[in-house]
Amino acid sequence: MDLTTITSVLTPRTREDLPAWRAGDAWLAGGTWLFSEPQPETSRLLDLTSLGWPPAQVGADGLSLSATCTLAQLHRLDLPAAWSAAALIDPCCRALLGSFKIWNTATVGGNLCLALPAAPMIALTAALDGTCVIWTPDGGERRLAVLDFVRGPQETALQPGEILRRIDLPDAALRRRTALRRIALSPNGRSGALLIGTRDAGGAFALTVTASTPRPRRLGFPALPGADGLAAALETAIPENAYYDDLHGAPDWRRHVTRLLAEEIRRSFDGSADA
Amino acid sequence: MILTVNGHAQEARPAPGQCLRTLLRELGWFGVKKGCDAGDCGACTVHLDGEPVHSCLVPAWRAEGRSVTTVEGLAGPCRPGDPVPTELHPVQAAFLAAQAFQCGYCTAGMVMTAASLDQGRRRDLADALKGNLCRCTGYRAIADAVAGLGLDASGADPCGRSQPSPAGPALVSGRADFTQDLAVEEALHLRVLRSPHAHARIRRIDRAAALAVPGVVAILTHEDVPAARFSTGRHHDPRDDAPDTLMLDPVVRFAGQRVAAVIAESEAAAEAGCRALVVAYDLRPALLDPEAALDPGAPLVHDAADWPWAQARPLSPHPNLAAEVHGAVGDVEAGFSAAHLVVEGTYRSQRVQHAHLETHGAVGWLDADGRLVIRSSTQVPFLTRDALCALLGLDRDRVRVVCGRVGGGFGGKQEMLTEDLVALAVLRLRRPVRWDFTREEQFIAATTRHAMRVRVKVGARQDGTLTAIALDVLSETGAYANHAGGVLHHGCNEVMSVYRCPNKRVDGRAVHTHTLPAGAFRGYGLSQTIFALESALDDLARGLGLDPYALRRRNVVRPGDPMVSKSLEPHDVAYGSYGLDQCLDLAQAAMAAPGGLPAPGPDWRLGEGMALAMIDTIPPRGHVAEARLALAPDGTYALSVGTAEFGNGTATVHGQIAASVLATAPERITLRHADTDAVGHDTGAYGSTGIVVAGQAVLRAAEALARRILAAAAARTGADPAACRLGAEAVETPHGPVPLPALAPLEAQGRADGTPRSVAFNVQAFRVAVHPRTGEVRILRSVHAADAGRVLNPAQCRGQIEGGVAQALGAALHEEVRLDARGQVATRSFRTYHIPACADVPVTEVLFADTHDRIGPLGAKSMSESPFNPVAAALANAIRDATGVRLTATPFAPDRIYRAVMDAAT
Repeated sequence: MDLTTITSVLTPRTREDLPAWRAGDAWLAGGTWLFSEPQPETSRLLDLTSLGWPPAQVGADGLSLSATCTLAQLHRLDLPAAWSAAALIDPCCRALLGSFKIWNTATVGGNLCLALPAAPMIALTAALDGTCVIWTPDGGERRLAVLDFVRGPQETALQPGEILRRIDLPDAALRRRTALRRIALSPNGRSGALLIGTRDAGGAFALTVTASTPRPRRLGFPALPGADGLAAALETAIPENAYYDDLHGAPDWRRHVTRLLAEEIRRSFDGSADA
Repeated sequence: MILTVNGHAQEARPAPGQCLRTLLRELGWFGVKKGCDAGDCGACTVHLDGEPVHSCLVPAWRAEGRSVTTVEGLAGPCRPGDPVPTELHPVQAAFLAAQAFQCGYCTAGMVMTAASLDQGRRRDLADALKGNLCRCTGYRAIADAVAGLGLDASGADPCGRSQPSPAGPALVSGRADFTQDLAVEEALHLRVLRSPHAHARIRRIDRAAALAVPGVVAILTHEDVPAARFSTGRHHDPRDDAPDTLMLDPVVRFAGQRVAAVIAESEAAAEAGCRALVVAYDLRPALLDPEAALDPGAPLVHDAADWPWAQARPLSPHPNLAAEVHGAVGDVEAGFSAAHLVVEGTYRSQRVQHAHLETHGAVGWLDADGRLVIRSSTQVPFLTRDALCALLGLDRDRVRVVCGRVGGGFGGKQEMLTEDLVALAVLRLRRPVRWDFTREEQFIAATTRHAMRVRVKVGARQDGTLTAIALDVLSETGAYANHAGGVLHHGCNEVMSVYRCPNKRVDGRAVHTHTLPAGAFRGYGLSQTIFALESALDDLARGLGLDPYALRRRNVVRPGDPMVSKSLEPHDVAYGSYGLDQCLDLAQAAMAAPGGLPAPGPDWRLGEGMALAMIDTIPPRGHVAEARLALAPDGTYALSVGTAEFGNGTATVHGQIAASVLATAPERITLRHADTDAVGHDTGAYGSTGIVVAGQAVLRAAEALARRILAAAAARTGADPAACRLGAEAVETPHGPVPLPALAPLEAQGRADGTPRSVAFNVQAFRVAVHPRTGEVRILRSVHAADAGRVLNPAQCRGQIEGGVAQALGAALHEEVRLDARGQVATRSFRTYHIPACADVPVTEVLFADTHDRIGPLGAKSMSESPFNPVAAALANAIRDATGVRLTATPFAPDRIYRAVMDAAT
């Protein structure tokens, strides 16, 4: 929609062009959320896409996704075969409430910065040990795990003027085997629970819980737990009152399906060759 | 900046925060629609450098130097205002061939999305179309179009064949002009500040800052509006709805009520003006619980202290009682005593939003003669004109109300929600004024279905014969009484009168609360009560060990039986035809035959259920339509009718009726409709009357004109009129043909007054799978049998049924207008209010009874609201069959039902 309170748009070409942050500023990436609601507090848009960041870089250390990488670009990436965890990209893109058309505009970084509990890019990057690289207003940089970057519904660790530059996914995480389970109140609805399990070559298991909790939660295990062990660990890590409550699922149901989906994921790894 | 649109460079100067959607419309591309303006519905889909995007989410300046294709240019380069291209894009042609639209508002976005799908995406259409919402069709016809399936429109008689919509080519190519799809020079924009409080008195409105906003032209508050009260609900007889509403009221009775209107040179200025208004409220206690509405100490929604009229309200035991209905026949208690089994239950139906893709909106101006013209998205142009005249003290000939193409209604547009303020602003400022609801306003300030609590008690003998039925209904009408009485009466009527039972009792109350007003909604009260009774009858059949179809067969009325709801008063409803027996047989046989989807997995529970519905084909208390038909000097016909087309297909059927009678082709009939200048009166397109009332008027006009033509030809040749035969080009007489142009001009009129009325029937059956732990429900099979009399347009009638079932599934499974603790609507967007998308709607097998109505035109009956009505009960009954759980409140969302389902499974 038209954002009628916006009086100016800046399109910086380099980091040096970035203006001093002021109240009423908003960073603009794809704009798929920013332009979906009135933004009465916002008067100036600072367009990050004009900085021309390459969407993604594949290196020996892993995969670097620019914040401005669109979901469509992510979905199209041709990644090394050894990165078995790349299989998560397709279902995570599909888990977005928006259709493939939104993938053409929405960005990975925007999905993280909006920090909705159901954000599938948060699930993807949290499950793969993602690190956020943040540009600070003084020209510096800081790093923060995705799990720490997202603090709650629509709340991140970004300070005023800070920019999410990219998310780094380490090579080791990309080599893990994975399983994803998702449920929503309607078949293609916004996720009520989105869980990702990963298992490394050494057998270590990790479960990332998103959508059913206000922020992503991660449970690590040196080896695949039994059903009871997993259930007990979930109960400890996410107590009954820590489930999210909004129009996309009542908290008691989210807790219930989180446990169901977690067990489904656990069983999908059970009895496998390296278990 | 320069951008290329549809092959031609255009210069544009977008505002800093402007999105591409509005820029394209400013450039003349009205095919780019606003459905939600938030990226959820896809109606604004365009191709940006070949990639499909939601143009409402794309910053306009990003289109600089790029190439945009809109639906108008999909078939090839074109300029704004160019006509429908001679050669359509293959996807446009496919949508046309499949008639994959009803109102057509979503069609531009659907076409643009479908045109961008590769083979893989076409195979998974449920996923590919999750960003495109259609409220009318139920998606089957759209899926057919994407698959390249056309429909068979053949047939010698124009009536009875699937005649394509005359608007089709314009709709698929983005040229059909909906309400806001016109450029109006010098138009001002109106925006409204709405109350954040459920109940308050406005102490003061400080306009100074708002008036200082550049571009703000005027501000209207309760100090500036007529003192006359009216109802937003529109009926043939305006006395049917209590006049309890002021255009702007110093008392706000729901969160979302209008507080002030700001009129400005731009939408941005009008919005800034609204933000700059300073309003001081005296807050008052709000009544949010309908069950407490009639308590002695309940906060009063219409307090006599605010409004002396309330004191004068006759025979009202409580000021919060908006309407009531009571009645009984026989001896209900004796009936229950005589029963072998008595079943009771309390059922709750929630508020749902119509969610037509075109929001409410109007554009007004003064014509060359200084006459007020209101172009509105309405189902009731004539009633709106009359209401404006009464409210503003104008003569009827000083007001014209006209529709463009209307983008869906479902009852929501049987309401005057925008026209009054637009009219007042036009008259005050003597300039054109435009007001288009945002999607958020649609959710927080338009009407909803009435939420109802229905207690039902029903008894039967061992053999299933009903001995007594009692209904107790509490309907929540919200802050104003629009449709409170009508919905309550109708909701308590056909649900009862379809069953032969000597002892019946109905007690119904519609109560006020400080919440957004409910209004007319598809089914008009019946969907809520039928959910209750048809669920209870399922329990009864189960308890007696009877087949649910057999229980219905034993008890439904048959021709000759009196149709009795709660009294023995005479009425004008008759069995013009009767196909309920066929509907029950058709549905049961179809469910027994192979078909449907397999269970999603081994652990899902499977079950089947059914329910039925009857509806009077026309609303009671009068419904008038007039039609005028003229033979033009070129041998074609001009048909004028008052009724509005909003996806219901009446424009097509009216042409078919006229063509059939006049022995011509529908293409030779041009239609003018939904214009108060077109005919004398038309009550409106509500109560499923498009065919049975307006169509009846068309039929009578056509028959009269045919007689006149034959008489003229006979007189000219000296032949006996009985020996003359009307043909497409000429009248054949014993003395040779007389070409039609030689007889022109000739004109005739037809009128229908909506009485007597007939009855139509619907039977819905489902097979479902329910996941015993997550609470997910999947529909494996959906069968709908309908008695629509003679089906004048099979494709359109099927579409009405498919769409009705889909909309009802939304209400049964997903949708609820939720209010927060302060009475504010929490579901304000399609992201939080989930209407069925392609993935959510099963294919429904539609079966028609073979009947011919002696009352309806050419044997036809109504079929637009009624398919909605049996769906929730049929689904609940199937879930009961699958799980053992009797669900008593819609929607059956996983997070609400999983616990009951799990408990039953263990």
